[in-house]
Amino acid sequence: MAKNISFTIRYWKQNGPKDAGHFEERRMHDIPDDTSFLEMLDILNEELINDGKEPFVFDHDCREGICGMCSLYINGTPHGKTERGATTCQLYMRRFNDGDTITVEPWRSAAFPVIKDCMVDRSAFDKIQAAGGYTTIRTGQAQDANAILIPKDDADEAMDCATCIGCGACVAACKNGSAMLFVSSKVSQFALLPQGRVEAAKRAKAMVAKMDELGFGNCTNTRACEAVCPKSESIANIARLNREFLKAKLAD
Amino acid sequence: MWLINSSVGRKVVMSVSGLALILFLTFHACMNVVALFSRDGYNMICEFLGSNWYAVAGTVALAVLIAIHFVFAVILTLQNRKARGANRYAVSAKPDRVEWASQNMFVLGIIIVLGLVLHLYNFWFNMMFAEFANGGMAFATGLSATDGYGMMQYTFSCPVYTVLYLVWFAAIWFHLTHGFWSAMQTMGWSGKTWFNRWRCIGNIYVTLVMLCFVVVALYFAFCGSCCSATC
Repeated sequence: MAKNISFTIRYWKQNGPKDAGHFEERRMHDIPDDTSFLEMLDILNEELINDGKEPFVFDHDCREGICGMCSLYINGTPHGKTERGATTCQLYMRRFNDGDTITVEPWRSAAFPVIKDCMVDRSAFDKIQAAGGYTTIRTGQAQDANAILIPKDDADEAMDCATCIGCGACVAACKNGSAMLFVSSKVSQFALLPQGRVEAAKRAKAMVAKMDELGFGNCTNTRACEAVCPKSESIANIARLNREFLKAKLAD
Repeated sequence: MWLINSSVGRKVVMSVSGLALILFLTFHACMNVVALFSRDGYNMICEFLGSNWYAVAGTVALAVLIAIHFVFAVILTLQNRKARGANRYAVSAKPDRVEWASQNMFVLGIIIVLGLVLHLYNFWFNMMFAEFANGGMAFATGLSATDGYGMMQYTFSCPVYTVLYLVWFAAIWFHLTHGFWSAMQTMGWSGKTWFNRWRCIGNIYVTLVMLCFVVVALYFAFCGSCCSATC
């Protein structure tokens, strides 16, 4: 049985990357606790528009935890605190109590400049992916399904790595602004499969170089990234990326 | 040069220099433990590591290693602060699995360097340096520069030094509990299985090494000059 809660929401307003930004507050009344966090923000925006104020800007798309667009830093945790990793769109108001103050901030990282309020520019991830996060294969008729045999464990692990949705929570949580969990997951999803091995060395070097070029920080293995990853990516991926990178550099 | 230009390379430099320093600490701890059993034996080691060319070369190599580790730590910290951006979070919640040491490695490193300066003043300055500059006599104590045992008695007879050294050892312990497995992770010698193994091995190893230092310091603090059978 849903109950209604009232709380104060403190949300970040920033008019572009150069603006200093500030918090605004609003008291929210009688919000059913089975409302999702993003639905609550929709209600907030309806109220703001009805009051003739500018709505609060935030990223969202599929609202079912697979697109990686939602990106809010809620009460000190990327995507808000849940028992298991979840995206902001999978966070429900039952996680909060009547009378709470909920602080909503954008991902704060030099490589993710604020576009507006809590919407940040994460195209840096696209650039890293474009640098080497693919396999080069000839098009044409598809080969037999079993032409390349892959052990089930490898296929499963590659799939786990591929579930990274590139939301950027890892960067947001990292005190170093490092993107290693994202990059290592993308490198791993190919490095674990025979089709990806062909370009493994080139890929690791190109993606790390692009990551460094875009101003992400150096990983110091604090594990904050894997603690907040909505897809439970492991820092074992980071060890694999380090291994791939070192092997590639030593072979040069 | 990828060891300087790439983020992974810079971390590799930190890892290799850090592991080498852990190895040095292991030798140092073993050497200190000898003092619990034999004054002559300990002083023999001190003489062996005194103003001999190989000991001086080793000291210079060690100083270079520490300098590299420290300079890279400063570079990495500055780069990471820049990468974090100008705005800081108003509210931050630390996830349970994040170790305190892992987020405070630089601060711990500063404490370690300050402790190192004190340690060099207490021992290296009165020993190896005094052998060259003061005709084989320690500057402060009136002892021979190769009487490491006497130097320990003298230093740890002062409770302030004992407390400062214990704080220093604690900082090194925290630094290494993270540093050990983090180095293995950076070198790529880790994974889902080995991550927990390295953490366990690292914690046990580092605790044993640091316990050796603590026991020797406490021994000299409480009974270094009165109840030693070797006095």
